[in-house]
Amino acid sequence: MKILVLVKEVPDTYGDRTLNLTTGLAQRDASDKVLDEIGERAIEAAVSFAETHPQTEVVVLSVGPESVPTSLRKGLAMGADRAVHVLDDRMRGADLTLTAEVLAASAHKVGFDLIVTGDLSTDGVGGVIPAMLAELLGLPHLTNLTELTIGESSVRGVRDSDTGVMQISAPLPAIASITDRLPDPRFPSFKGIVAAKKKPCETLTLDDLGVDVSAEKPRSIIISLSEKPARGAGVTIVDDGQAGQSIADFLVENRLV
Amino acid sequence: MSQFPSDSILVLADVTPLGELSSSVAAVIGEASTIGTPVLVVVAQPGLAERLSEAAGAAGAPHVLLYEQESTALTTPVLEALVDATERVNPGAVLISHSIEGKDVAGRFAARTGNALAVDVVAVGRDDEGVFAHHSVYGGSYEVDSAVTFGTPVITQRQGASERRAAPTRAEVHMLDVPVSTGPQTTIEAFEPAEATSSRPELRGASKVVAGGRGLGSAENFRLVEQLADALGAAVGASRAAVDAGYIGASHQVGQTGVSVSPQLYVAMGISGAIQHRAGMQTAKTIVAINKDADAPIFEVADFGVVGDVFTIVPQLISALEARDK
Repeated sequence: MKILVLVKEVPDTYGDRTLNLTTGLAQRDASDKVLDEIGERAIEAAVSFAETHPQTEVVVLSVGPESVPTSLRKGLAMGADRAVHVLDDRMRGADLTLTAEVLAASAHKVGFDLIVTGDLSTDGVGGVIPAMLAELLGLPHLTNLTELTIGESSVRGVRDSDTGVMQISAPLPAIASITDRLPDPRFPSFKGIVAAKKKPCETLTLDDLGVDVSAEKPRSIIISLSEKPARGAGVTIVDDGQAGQSIADFLVENRLV
Repeated sequence: MSQFPSDSILVLADVTPLGELSSSVAAVIGEASTIGTPVLVVVAQPGLAERLSEAAGAAGAPHVLLYEQESTALTTPVLEALVDATERVNPGAVLISHSIEGKDVAGRFAARTGNALAVDVVAVGRDDEGVFAHHSVYGGSYEVDSAVTFGTPVITQRQGASERRAAPTRAEVHMLDVPVSTGPQTTIEAFEPAEATSSRPELRGASKVVAGGRGLGSAENFRLVEQLADALGAAVGASRAAVDAGYIGASHQVGQTGVSVSPQLYVAMGISGAIQHRAGMQTAKTIVAINKDADAPIFEVADFGVVGDVFTIVPQLISALEARDK
């Protein structure tokens, strides 16, 4: 069994995140960069399966700038067997279509029985990449899973849908996206950190993947961008015994009741 | 010789397990109507044509493509129907709700048809160059407009973000069959509808939300949040801290890793307002916060903040609201 885990480096949500108002791109150096937590959970799901199924290989893959190997090392320290970094300047400002194309080409090159990824990143929050990849790779998708069970030739899970909870299953190969209801990721052990240094981390470019960025395909582009004035604080009062009434009056004045 | 208007905008309807149009549909039709003529795609089990066409007309869709199906496959039937509808209608854009089901359909549809995607959009518009999408990113800190270089834009619309509604009309319904899908599929083996505990509105897309945090202290005390929600006709939300403490189920979590809401009114009770929580609610039009800690970050985004004890303030607020109803 070969499990490919897709992870992303994101600006730490504990700090302020900024967009460059000229380029419209995320200001990557403006905030700390971390491995997205949901990606750590995806690694945890794969690594904990591998612990009980010795014939399993876990590959962790990420597309992003030069800083990404630090995040990938963390995945290796958690127990993944090897890492793949897709590094190419032409990916700067990539839209969802190009991102999905590059991820699909990478997955195809690396090979897999199962792809596991987070349901959405904390910076992009689109949540469409798993379904796009499924279509590009011709796979069934199991998205938004709160439980994941990997079998020999199939995968199943519990999916939170808009209107209820469903049990779903699909034959392998498949792609699964998980939510933060899956178990917390482990902290890498000292042994894991040392071992990670010896594990291979391969770097691929778009040429290695055969992706042509200049191809005539519809792309999504930013046409305007502005920083919204920080939401100004309104009135804050200290309860004088009548605050409940004051809130009611405020709601009435603003036609909210 | 298409029988559909040349300015058609395809709108995919989310349908509930009971075979009703989801409450999010009217807002998507409303946005679509500002850039063209909405043509609604509905995929539902057989026998609901009359009811659905009535609902579609009430939501402002003059044309409906109704695909009947009884498959247990996840997403694929809806995807195949949407691909088929696109070929028939040749729309200027495809609008889909940014719901869990909607995202999956949108992602696969964009990849299948080779079109570019604009996701989690709060509004759409049209200028000389065509359709554009308006986004609110990083928890509302930035406003971004995007467009596609060519092709048919595939747009997912954030739930609850738009108040636009199209005028009710009579829908003309075309009955169609879902094309058979080839290739591997995911099977829905069992489905349990979310507990319909009350007549409370759904959190996703609600116009009013009352949310509670760790400040409530216990699951029992969390009832107070529900009482205020009922007095306001609001949905119930919670911070991650309240969910982790077991005061309420995870489906009520508002924030970066829960549900994102953009209601007209958001009342935060005993929520400190960590940035992860604010990212999921600070695009609310009006925010009221009650917290005993005057330094709580939630006050930085509140339109009306009260420093005090929720257990005295909220009961007073509820009786003031009740007195008003009499």
